[in-house]
This record gives sequence, structure tokens and C-alpha cells, in this order.
Amino acid sequence: KCPGRLADYASAYVHRRIPGGPGKLTLLCDANTDGSFLVHHFLSFYLKANCKVCFVALIQSFSHYNIVGQKLGVSLTVARECGQLVFLEGLKSSVDVFFRAQAEPHPLQFLREANAENLQPLYEFVREALKPVDDGEAAWRCPVLLVDDLSVLLSLGMGAVAVLDFIHYCRATVCWERKGNIVALVHDSGDTEDEENNILLNGLSHQSHLILRAEGLATGFCRDVHGQLRILWRTPSQPTTQRDQSLTYQYKIQDKSVSFFAKGMSPAVL
Amino acid sequence: VTPSEGARGGTGRQLEMESVLALRGLVLLRDSVEWEGRSLLKALIKKAALGGEQVHILGCEVSEEEFRAGFDSSVNSRLVYYDLFRDPLNWAQTGEALPGGPLGALQAMCERTDPGPVTVALDSLSWLLLRLPCAALCQALCAMSRRHACRGGSLAAEQLCVLGLLHRELHGPGPMGALSSLAQTEVTLSGTAGQASAHILCRRPRQRPTLETLWFSVLPDLSLDLQGGPPLESQPHPDPHTPQVDPASHLTFNLHLSKREREAKDSLTLPFQFSSEKQQALLRPGPGPATSRIFYEPDTFDDLDPEDPDGDLDV
Repeated sequence: KCPGRLADYASAYVHRRIPGGPGKLTLLCDANTDGSFLVHHFLSFYLKANCKVCFVALIQSFSHYNIVGQKLGVSLTVARECGQLVFLEGLKSSVDVFFRAQAEPHPLQFLREANAENLQPLYEFVREALKPVDDGEAAWRCPVLLVDDLSVLLSLGMGAVAVLDFIHYCRATVCWERKGNIVALVHDSGDTEDEENNILLNGLSHQSHLILRAEGLATGFCRDVHGQLRILWRTPSQPTTQRDQSLTYQYKIQDKSVSFFAKGMSPAVL
Repeated sequence: VTPSEGARGGTGRQLEMESVLALRGLVLLRDSVEWEGRSLLKALIKKAALGGEQVHILGCEVSEEEFRAGFDSSVNSRLVYYDLFRDPLNWAQTGEALPGGPLGALQAMCERTDPGPVTVALDSLSWLLLRLPCAALCQALCAMSRRHACRGGSLAAEQLCVLGLLHRELHGPGPMGALSSLAQTEVTLSGTAGQASAHILCRRPRQRPTLETLWFSVLPDLSLDLQGGPPLESQPHPDPHTPQVDPASHLTFNLHLSKREREAKDSLTLPFQFSSEKQQALLRPGPGPATSRIFYEPDTFDDLDPEDPDGDLDV
């Protein structure tokens, strides 16, 4: 019952097979279903792998992620206290933006400004959080930026290009300079008229090395199969000899794990 | 594409690709999430560099290190790289960023090209199109070719090639149309069954536009390998030896009519079908079995009053 076996395999695959090691952008997206189980998986995966994690959590509270993390075998409280995890709790700190004196820029400064043009304060927060420490204590492995999620930034008034610029700068710093990884969740509303979200989703897809797409089943809700996961490996700049690098699995979310199986092979129907 | 054509077409295709690549002007490489175009862009850059041209690259989407990966040192030394990846919007304020932002960087590239054959690669045009007004970008592209033409004399316009990587899903029909109208060649990337294809639309002056499809792959050393067509096993074709099964056989009821039964059915007139024969038959009162009679025996309480048939009712 190891949690999220296939997503583990996919992450390990990315790190092993694509030349150059880490320094990759993994895009999580969900359509007609809730893909947050992937976020919980990657958070616990990287914490267990001893990486320094900066988690920009805009959707849920710290205690929510902590409770799910404990089911997956990590304690966010301990990780935060020992400095492994830098946690930006969007729900709580957004209130600070309004009630604090405007002394220093707040990462969520854009909430306060009428015409916020960019997410530079948020980028500066990430850069500071994943800065290498020189004091010689046990160094963590590669830095990781995790964002849950980017679509909410569009709802909060930022344009798609501003969010793409934020991720661009994070890629330059976290992926290229620090050889770390980025994992970000974007929702696919399926609405072709939502141009901003489509630009964000497609723009990020072109920059990603791995795309994990959780979709609801076309036939509707099912108790035993919660959805299907499409995995697409991309190499944005190196040619690959084989192009067929896409897989589809179906999954069921259980209390402490996610089980994956080939299409039509759910234990419930066999 | 039959196999024999593929074998013959090897050199033919190579020559066609050569003629395509010999085109100058704006070349749009339109890729998608599934079929990426950067490796083709790098293959074309390698070809231009090995052909002795100057190659200028505006790199926005990937780091210079990642872009140069795969080129050998002879090619790498010929590339002039403008790095817009590290700090395109000057957030770091280190003074190292290219002045003037993305538009300034693009214009600076034009200034620095020497006369003679030159290839300019924009990685990517989509990145620029999302951040610059479409009109400004189109003007900059036109200015680039004009300036090159002015500098080098009458033939110089033919010696500038601008390769622009464009991500199809990111732009609406307006900007795409504007860039299409400026482009001399559009290469649209797609593929089937693991094999990439390029649909090449060429607009040569004073000639009709031509559209051709090439199947290719980019090898790890960034050279282009052209194939005749998609691998045969991917092409579905019906098996001529499969017998057609008649679903109406082996039934417990009869769905077929014999000839006599069919004739009888066709000659039958339906009861409510009003034909002229029927009309005549109704108008002509016929004797004998056609008429019917009613026999009535009144009993003692019946009062047959022809004038008031209801007279016997006590109402």
C-alpha cells in the first residue's frame, strides 16, 4: 500500500531518464475532477526525499495539508520547524496584506493593488525561501517549489501573462540556477471561452517536462473508479527517438493511498 | 505513401527539403504541446551554421545552456546568443538585462547583423507575441528585413532568414493571421503514431503557394532524417479476406419474401386507400350482396310516429 505508486514511478522516471537530472517543471492539471491528491502526493514525496520545499498554498489551510500529509506519512509541522518546509499559507497571510503596515512588500501584495502588473513580490518570496544556506548544517537535497494552485491567481485578478512571467522567473531561479524542480497545479475548466486560463494552461504545457492530467470519467461519476490519469512526457528542447511517451491509467483514491490500474481493469469490475 | 515511393523519394525529399530550407524571409514553425518544434528549430540552425551563415538567436523560453545542448563546438562557436531567459523584465535590477526589454532586444539584433547570409532564430515568437503588441512585433519583423536589405544591396533581402517558433494553441486567429501574412513559409508540425510530420506551405513571389507534407525525425546530433511516410503498421487497412457475415441468417423467423408473396403484397390495396375504383363503387348502388337490409318487428309499446321519432319517450 505505498502511496501513489505510479506517480512515484513517474517522478523517478523523470529524474532518471531525462538527461541533465533535476531542474524540471512538472505540470499537474485536472479537468472535471479534483486533482489535489497529486499535490498532496508530491508534497509528501519531496519531503520524504529530503528536499527543501517551498509550498505556495493558496487554496487550503496549513492544517488541511498537515492532516492529509500525516496520512501519507509526513508531518508538515515538524518539517516547517526544522526549516525543510517554507509554507506560504495564502488564506491566512492574505488578511495580513490589509492589516499590516505597508513597510515591506508582501508576497501577496497584488491583492492590495488595483492595477498589480506582476507577481514580482511573490517571486522574491520564493527566491528568498529557496536561497542556498551557507552555514554548513545538513544541506537539504535539491530545492522544490510547489504551487497549489495557479488558476486561483487568475481569479484574483492577475493576467495569464503575469502568472507565466512569475513561473518564468521561478524556472530561471529554481530550475536553472538551483537545479531544483517545480510542480504546479492548473485547472482546466474545459471552457473554450476562458481565454486567460487556456493561455496559462497551454503556455505552461509547452514549458513542462512532465504533464499529469487527472480527468473525470467521460461516463460520469463512479464509486470504484474516481478518474483517469494521463501522463505525458515532453522534452522541450532535446529530440527523442520515440515520440509515444503518453500513458493513461485509471485510479481510485483511498484513505491513505491512491491505487492505479490499467483502463477497464478496476478490481471492482473484474 | 507506398514503400516504393518512399524508397525513390528519399533523395527527392531531401532535395525538396533543401529547397524549402533555402528559402529566405520569415519562416513560421508552428508546433503544439504534443509535437514540439524546438528540436526542428535547432536542426535548422545547425544546418545554417554548417552552411557558413551567421546565426543570431534570441532565447526567451529556455536557458542558453539548455538551448546550446546538442550542438557540437563548431556550431556553438558560430552562434550569437541573446539571452532573454534569465531576466527578461529586469526584475533583478542587476544592470545585466538586455536594455529596452524584449522589443529592444529584438531591435538590437537587427542592428548587429552584418551583410551577407544570416539566419535569425526567435525562440520563441509566441513568447514575444504574448508580451508585445502584435503590431509592434510585426513592424519589428518587417524592419529587420528592410534594414538588412538596405545594408546589403539588392540581393540582401534574399539572404535573411528569420525562423520563428510559434506555439499554435496560445494565440487567437488575429495575431496568427497577421504573422501568416508576413511569412513566406509556414511549417505546421504534427504527426501520427510516434512519427512527426511537417506540413510546409510556401509562398514564393509570382508563383502559386505550394503545400507539401514531409515526415521527419530529428536525430540526437540534431541532424534531420527524412522518411517517406508514416510507418506501414500504423496505417489501418481493411482485411479483404474477412468474410462478410449476414446477420439475417440463422434466425428462427422469416425475414424474406418469396417472389409470389412479394407480388401479392404489391397488388394489395389498403382498406383506407381511396382510389377512383373505390369511389365509383360507392357512388353506384349495387344490387345483391352489396346492399343490406334491416328487418324490424315493433313490439306493443312502440309508437312509430314518423314525424316525432322520440314521441314514445316520456320526457
